[in-house]
Amino acid sequence: MYFLKRLFFALPLLLLISFLAFMLVHVAPGGPFDRERKPASPEIEHQLQAKYHLDEPAWKQYLRFLGDLSRGDLGPSLKYRNHSVNDIIAQALPVSLVLGALAFGLSVGIGVPIGYFSAVRRGRWQDYAGSFFAILMVCIPAFVLAPFLVMYLGIRWRMLPVALWGTPAHTVMPVIALGLFFSGRIARLMREGMLQVLRAEFITTARAKGLSEHTVLLRHAFRLAILPVVSYCGPLLADLLTGSFVIESLFQIPGLGTFLVNGSLNRDYTLVVGLVLLYAVLLIGLNLLVDFAYVVLDRRVKYA
Amino acid sequence: MPEPAQRAWSRFRRHRVAVLSALALAVLVLLVLLLPVAAHFAARAGPSGQAFAARFDPDQLSDAQFQPPSAAHWFGTDVHGRDLFARVLFGAGISLMVGLVGAGVSLVIGVLWGAIAGYAGGRVDAIMMRLVDILYSLPSIIFVIVLITTLEGVVKSQLEQAGSGWLAHSARLLFLFVGLGAVSWLNMARIVRGQVLSLRHRAFVEASRAMGAGPIHILARHILPNTFGVVIVYVTLTVPAIILYESFLSYLGLGVQPPMASWGSLIAEGADQINPIRIYWWLIVCPGTLLVGALLAFNFLGDGLRDAWDVRMDK
Amino acid sequence: MIALRQNAPRQPRGAFSFHAFPALILVLLLLLIGCGRPQPAAEIVIANGGEPESLDPAIVTSYSDMRITKALFEGLLRLDGEQGRPVPGLASHWEISPDQTVYTFHLRSNLVWSTGEPITAEDVYFSWKRALDPATASDYAGQLFYIRNAEDFYTGKLKDFAEVGLRVLDRLTFRVELNSPLAFFLDLCCFPTLAVVPQKSIERAGDRWIGERPLPSSGPYSLVYWRLNDRVRLRKNPQYWDAAHTRTDVIDILPTGSPNVALNLYETGIADIVWDKDLIPTELLEVLKQRPDFHTFNYLGTYFYRFNVTRKPLDDPRLRRAFALSTDKDRIVRKLTQGGEKPAYQFVPNGVANYTPPQGLSFDPAQARELLAAAGFPGGRGFPTLNYTFFSAAGGAAKMQGKIAVELQQMWREHLGVTVELRQIERKVFYNTQSRLDYDLSASSWVGDYNDANTFLDLYLSNSGNNRTGWKNPAYDDLIRRANQQTDTARRAGLLREAEALLVETEAPVVPVFFYAGFNCFDPKKIGGLNQNLLDEHPLQDLFRRPAATNPDRTRED
Repeated sequence: MYFLKRLFFALPLLLLISFLAFMLVHVAPGGPFDRERKPASPEIEHQLQAKYHLDEPAWKQYLRFLGDLSRGDLGPSLKYRNHSVNDIIAQALPVSLVLGALAFGLSVGIGVPIGYFSAVRRGRWQDYAGSFFAILMVCIPAFVLAPFLVMYLGIRWRMLPVALWGTPAHTVMPVIALGLFFSGRIARLMREGMLQVLRAEFITTARAKGLSEHTVLLRHAFRLAILPVVSYCGPLLADLLTGSFVIESLFQIPGLGTFLVNGSLNRDYTLVVGLVLLYAVLLIGLNLLVDFAYVVLDRRVKYA
Repeated sequence: MPEPAQRAWSRFRRHRVAVLSALALAVLVLLVLLLPVAAHFAARAGPSGQAFAARFDPDQLSDAQFQPPSAAHWFGTDVHGRDLFARVLFGAGISLMVGLVGAGVSLVIGVLWGAIAGYAGGRVDAIMMRLVDILYSLPSIIFVIVLITTLEGVVKSQLEQAGSGWLAHSARLLFLFVGLGAVSWLNMARIVRGQVLSLRHRAFVEASRAMGAGPIHILARHILPNTFGVVIVYVTLTVPAIILYESFLSYLGLGVQPPMASWGSLIAEGADQINPIRIYWWLIVCPGTLLVGALLAFNFLGDGLRDAWDVRMDK
Repeated sequence: MIALRQNAPRQPRGAFSFHAFPALILVLLLLLIGCGRPQPAAEIVIANGGEPESLDPAIVTSYSDMRITKALFEGLLRLDGEQGRPVPGLASHWEISPDQTVYTFHLRSNLVWSTGEPITAEDVYFSWKRALDPATASDYAGQLFYIRNAEDFYTGKLKDFAEVGLRVLDRLTFRVELNSPLAFFLDLCCFPTLAVVPQKSIERAGDRWIGERPLPSSGPYSLVYWRLNDRVRLRKNPQYWDAAHTRTDVIDILPTGSPNVALNLYETGIADIVWDKDLIPTELLEVLKQRPDFHTFNYLGTYFYRFNVTRKPLDDPRLRRAFALSTDKDRIVRKLTQGGEKPAYQFVPNGVANYTPPQGLSFDPAQARELLAAAGFPGGRGFPTLNYTFFSAAGGAAKMQGKIAVELQQMWREHLGVTVELRQIERKVFYNTQSRLDYDLSASSWVGDYNDANTFLDLYLSNSGNNRTGWKNPAYDDLIRRANQQTDTARRAGLLREAEALLVETEAPVVPVFFYAGFNCFDPKKIGGLNQNLLDEHPLQDLFRRPAATNPDRTRED
């Protein structure tokens, strides 16, 4: 019931987000046609504005946007003038989904075990090694890691293509550069969650009951220990699936991340609002899933 | 010192890595604070003092472009022939401030927001968390652009009129803090809320409630202390994230202004140098090592603090 | 806790599932995308600059986009790849009236679209009319305003297009009447805005006509596909009138945004050519310049800074000259740009056709200090703190802006004793700020549209939207106007030189810093047909890959 209600309220929420995003991009100074060179006459500039209804008051433009949206049309891009926002999403979203899902898999696949073992081997060398690795990953930004990967794997040893997209080999370096960073964060959160649970009373009780350590850890502790990671995964997955600007520009990958950042910088109003809307749909959906996962993992969680 | 604080201190002292980390950070902060002061006074104390001041001036241009580390320039020099050691230390000041402000905001607003939403539940929770969703969905770049361009001029002239020229000069930094702070607390709120949701029906909380404790007492005494560990960890994750995000904003022309430097902008500059043909390695290695070192120290310090305040560790 | 540690060795076995977990996901997802289409390789791959805004010749504004549209859609004339001079395109020959205001173009008789329909004078008429149609919203519609009544039609003062100076005389003859003589009209005819585009596709699909397949093209190549941020693939158009001289069948164009990526692609042999000046990592220029596959040349662009002459004290030309005289341009070129850029003392780049620039102001700090003192600020005392506004962009080469700013700031401090604050703002905010004259000094650059001094000097006409200095000078306006009506080349050059002297020597609302250098990166042993010229013009149809077996010694003789 609670979740149905949340689903129902997602629609007005999305409308509100689209409205705020729309107003925000319009408030930002500089327009899509403010460029290094102005057209030869102010009349030409005016026609450019008029063609995309930018000369109308903002509320009217927003209503126009809503009208188009109700027909499933996010409007034309103001920068990429041969393409509609729908075209751009249709071409770039699949790329970002693949890259994001792989990176997410990698970061969870590395981060969770490292966090788990660091906590279980608390204070031993495994803990220090795991924590050191995790913190190192958190501090090394992708824009440093990626060029190093490219230099060795791509250029010196010629093992992997240095950029572009299309074959599985193209995905390896971007996924590593993107995934490792988040694996560090996940490992830290996992370790903490695990440490906390291991100290709780009911684990002691379970041990007292004579359950094997393996059962205690996996069946009882793990479910609760992963809660902070799960909370973090909602926004993380939404971020990853909509692309990463840095990785996409370092490997020249045709994903959504570049469009969102460049759209903002180009004041490509329609593109930005369209992508924000797409992002919000993912985010709201994933956070709903996260809240659902709480109930599954911890039966004491109730949404009153 | 009250008894629990004393016990915490004695526990903290036993955590050797944490103590070392705290010392290292203290040295770094001292260097950052003292170097400009020392240079300032040295400049008035004869020619050798002036040479010292010029050497540690982060904005002193020279013809010694791209010098590798040497006795004269411990970290080498950059494209303008500026001493990288001085720039890294100067950048440390800005980056640490940016990181700490972000961490502070996420600590205060994020924790309270998440705790209240999680504990109150129902409609309050729904509204508070949807607000987080909304803020998280809006593109932060545009948010920062709007913030800086619409408010910077106004605030700057206000500050100038108020006579504090120094503050007016760093108006951009002020906004950078606000902008970064504004986006830093959202995930913290979400994580704390998740923890509180799981904690609020645990036996010890129910017991306290049965004994008639009010919600503020329960939150402050039973729930928040139990989220402390996750909060510390997430704060230590926020610091590097904010420092690096600042470099991204600088890269777009929204961050620190040249000729100022931050660790983020120095590392971004260094990262451009990584290529198969020729690397000026000190440009990336020097600021990078310092950043990683400082953040490792932060994390171990966080670990030590968490353990120190954790009563159950005594067993 | 202690009990746990004793039992610890038991866990790894149970936790093996954790190790398998990431590997499993990776394998599954790799399989999922494993079905990527294998692509036949192109003969030549070019790293060309950012994702094209458009491939519609009436819409494109950036030079890297124009390189693609020029291969797809040709105009009456085109630029040759040797010198970048106008040569016959779709028109084989033309006549110019004695007063130089009427041009009569004769189209080739064998012109067809890549889809087989004939290209006629009606197509030229349609294409130019479309570029002038306000509904098309072409940035460069102004290139057609030299045609009689064209501007009035655009602004709506004139409703009937028939009164605009364009006539179809017969199927293959097209006549253009100009407002006044125009020395560079043939250069304009090579400009993409005036290229010939397919009427039927445009009427069918409107603004999205580039998405039609097959897309009729009038140039040497036709569009196979255009994948956003991925690649544009072009195939030789066998119907093109000069198809016999098109030397490569398939060319791929990579939209590359970052110099480091471009270099990596080139170094690993994925890209054969890198040819945008913004795609060369400036950090490496010193090393790259020594290599035989790196080619640098003079380019039609100037880096400079503007003064806001509407603000005190910069309304005083003596002060502006003092700034100009204290700018050590040589140092910037030597220390920062390093790509063979020339220090600029004039606004019009070296080598522009039919033009000799004036002397300009050289680096002379002593004279600068004298001027500063004469203007009432001896030694910089009492001089207000000004700002120097520039933008930093997410593109590689734009980082140079900040570096130049840092050096300029230092020069003014050192030579004039004045404090200038650096104000770095975001790109769109910058253009907006500059247009609104909300700055004291600001970084700028300008790249010419065609090989004539006018494309640089008409910026500072009083009514020009690109003036952005607030500087209005009737004498300057008059000189430019008279020059452009002048039919005698030498006299025209003299008038333009007089105007430029006013601009860079006397009044100095702008200070040129350096002339850009163009860069091409390709191995001359592998790739041929690529010449360097002032306009950075490289027709795709001239490019070819030399056969792999060629003896290097023989190639050298070629």
